[in-house]
Amino acid sequence: MTDAPLLAMTGISKTFPGVRALHDVSLEVRAGEVHALVGENGAGKSTLIRILGGIHQRDAGEIRLRGRAVEIPSPRRARTLGISIIHQELNLVPALSVAENIFLGREPHRGALIDWRTMYARAEALLAELGLPIDPRRRVSTLSVAEQQLVEIAKALSEEADILVMDEPTAALTVEETERLFRFIHDLRARGVAITYITHRLEEIFRIADRVTVLRDGQYIGTFPIAEITLDDLIRLMVGRQITEKYPKETVPQGSPVLEVRGLTVRGLFADVSFTVPRGEILGIAGLVGSGKTELAYAIFGALPLDGGQILIDGRPVEIHSPAAAIAHGIGLVTEDRKRLGLILGMSVRANITLPIIGRLCRGALIRHGDEAEVVRQAITSLDMAVASPEQLVRQLSGGTQQKVVVAKWLQTHARLLLLSEPTRGIDVGAKVEMYRLMVDLTRQGVGIVMVSSEMPEILGMSDRILVMHEGRITAEFGREEATQEAIMASAAGRVRSGT
Amino acid sequence: MAPEQARAGSTGGRSGPPRVVGLLRRYGIVLAFLVLMAVLSVLSPAFLAVSNLFNVAQQVSINAIMAAGMTFVILTAGIDLSVGSVLALSGAVMAGLLSTGKPVLLGILLGLGVGALLGLINGIVITRGKVQPFIATLAMLTIARGLTLVYTDGRPITGLPDAFVWLGAGDVGRVPVPVIIMALVFGASYVILTQTPLGRYIYAIGGNEEAARLSGVSVQFVKTLVYATAGLLSAVSAIVITGRLNSAQPTAGAGYELDAIAAVVLGGTTLAGGEGSVLGTLLGAFIIGVLNNGLNLLNVSSFYQQVVKGVVILLAVLLDRRLR
Repeated sequence: MTDAPLLAMTGISKTFPGVRALHDVSLEVRAGEVHALVGENGAGKSTLIRILGGIHQRDAGEIRLRGRAVEIPSPRRARTLGISIIHQELNLVPALSVAENIFLGREPHRGALIDWRTMYARAEALLAELGLPIDPRRRVSTLSVAEQQLVEIAKALSEEADILVMDEPTAALTVEETERLFRFIHDLRARGVAITYITHRLEEIFRIADRVTVLRDGQYIGTFPIAEITLDDLIRLMVGRQITEKYPKETVPQGSPVLEVRGLTVRGLFADVSFTVPRGEILGIAGLVGSGKTELAYAIFGALPLDGGQILIDGRPVEIHSPAAAIAHGIGLVTEDRKRLGLILGMSVRANITLPIIGRLCRGALIRHGDEAEVVRQAITSLDMAVASPEQLVRQLSGGTQQKVVVAKWLQTHARLLLLSEPTRGIDVGAKVEMYRLMVDLTRQGVGIVMVSSEMPEILGMSDRILVMHEGRITAEFGREEATQEAIMASAAGRVRSGT
Repeated sequence: MAPEQARAGSTGGRSGPPRVVGLLRRYGIVLAFLVLMAVLSVLSPAFLAVSNLFNVAQQVSINAIMAAGMTFVILTAGIDLSVGSVLALSGAVMAGLLSTGKPVLLGILLGLGVGALLGLINGIVITRGKVQPFIATLAMLTIARGLTLVYTDGRPITGLPDAFVWLGAGDVGRVPVPVIIMALVFGASYVILTQTPLGRYIYAIGGNEEAARLSGVSVQFVKTLVYATAGLLSAVSAIVITGRLNSAQPTAGAGYELDAIAAVVLGGTTLAGGEGSVLGTLLGAFIIGVLNNGLNLLNVSSFYQQVVKGVVILLAVLLDRRLR
């Protein structure tokens, strides 16, 4: 590792109409370094990266590459300068092959025709060199998210990028896939690539980063060698205050069973799943991607048709054939993908919050707008939502606030059972803790919660009881006290539970 | 709280448009309409005469009523290509019944029933059969047109009672009856879209169908209802056009679906769904109608009129893109 930075952004400022997004921010990344960039939502990470990628133009400051000042007026220019940004939403064409994606727009050709043989040969060589066991002829749509990410990286490297920015690369990965990505990042570092790594999963930073730069409210807080900082310091720097408890779990007295499922089966996804959730309990469901845990939640919510089994609400068997029926039985579902499944981004905060209950806010056939406004006002106050007005479009909110809108929606239905699928995905530390507090508040009011999550610390920190799923079946159950990360991972991977 | 939010807005998505652009975007279509009126009234003094304005409104009503139904459909991110043919078939059924001496009310109700039924079939094929709206309604376009030709044997049906003709050609005071029908249709559509849960569901489905479903909206029911409504309103248009011409033509309404779509899009409703308003559609229909009328008054050849109409639609939509 050399000490001269490959990339130096200094004194960067950027103002959008009415908002100062960045003020005097610096970021220096060396060759052969993994440099973490952290901050809460709205801290300015995205803006900084967009300036680097040529999407936004800075108002002040300087960008130097290999010591030379450069201008980056367009994403195209960024690429030719060797800057590659891998966004959370991957930019691959699903219907094309791996090789076609890698060489998209610069296909090897002979005359007017694509030279397929050369293209596949070069793709194969590239993938082999990177140690990726992926067939270049496969269609990208058949790859897992993790594999697609690796293809994006291969594409970047084939363009000779030596500055790589990865935005939340592990958000959709399983534990094992994450491990593979980390090994890969290690290799890239050894090749002298300068890697900027953005994540909300702070634990990861301590595993793979060399240094970390913290932003808060558009200000530069500092850059620290990872060895000289603790997780608690990092959180304090990001949030600007001490967060004493990351998992404010309280065990509350449990009541009668609110949900019981017996032998639930959806062919090809999961089979013979049975469990009970008492009022006031948080039941964690862990498992790898493909274990069926997410689909289980959707099936209970009536969004996936059951092939067998029985659902009981408050001890009474019920038929749930649609989300509307589930809602009528007092069930709510917070989806893992709030933008695609949870919210109507082009509608207002108000209309999103009241969508499931708008039929109840009527006199005759007409909506009582005054009552609706009052319901929304209370929801915004009680969840302390950072919105400019109830009419603000949900699209314009930060991830954490969007998640509050989703939760507020279900609070309005007075749900007695909440199914939470990855409830804190992509939201920042402060917002996570607020989400957890809210969960505890709800259990105190007697709501039963089923929390499906791939985040091990969250499963361990918030659950009263943990079920582990593997290939569509429940393979283990742990009480809050006996659960350990190792035991859960072993069960999730399908290994027989040992010890305990 | 507020600055935090604004920042999320500007880093997470595009920043809000400045005030003037916002106003233009909101009222651009109104402005365009007023400019068009001003230009035409300068070029042709006859344009602003009250009798001509009512004449324009009457001409507009047929397309406008259909376009109201089309607005519902497009707000759910769908499309209905069959409205012109549905108009023809329901008009033919009404005329067929009335020309053989059936009571006027019965003829109208059955005609409306035919329109609603064809729309309902569209809706069921789209929601239950999972056929794309474009294809399903394209098929219905052909089927309904074919049935019209079969039913009428390719000939106009004439000899309609005066009470029925009054609906298309009569007046209440100075106001043509079709204009009153149009006003009622738009009033009801406006109330449904802005004041009822159904309207909220329509916008929600167009904005994000899956999220709407997971919020408990009965997506299939609402979509089916929306296509049935489009069919019903085509039949209402059929009352007006059949009454006005005092006959049902087998080729009535051919190509009208495109005028209806144009009115909706001119009115600012996006084909992607979830955004738009029925009042915009009314203005859109009036812009098309006023343009037709003005070009007629100016003696522009009907061949050129088509070119001008197309160019205006394109310009309006391009302008809208620019302002977004």
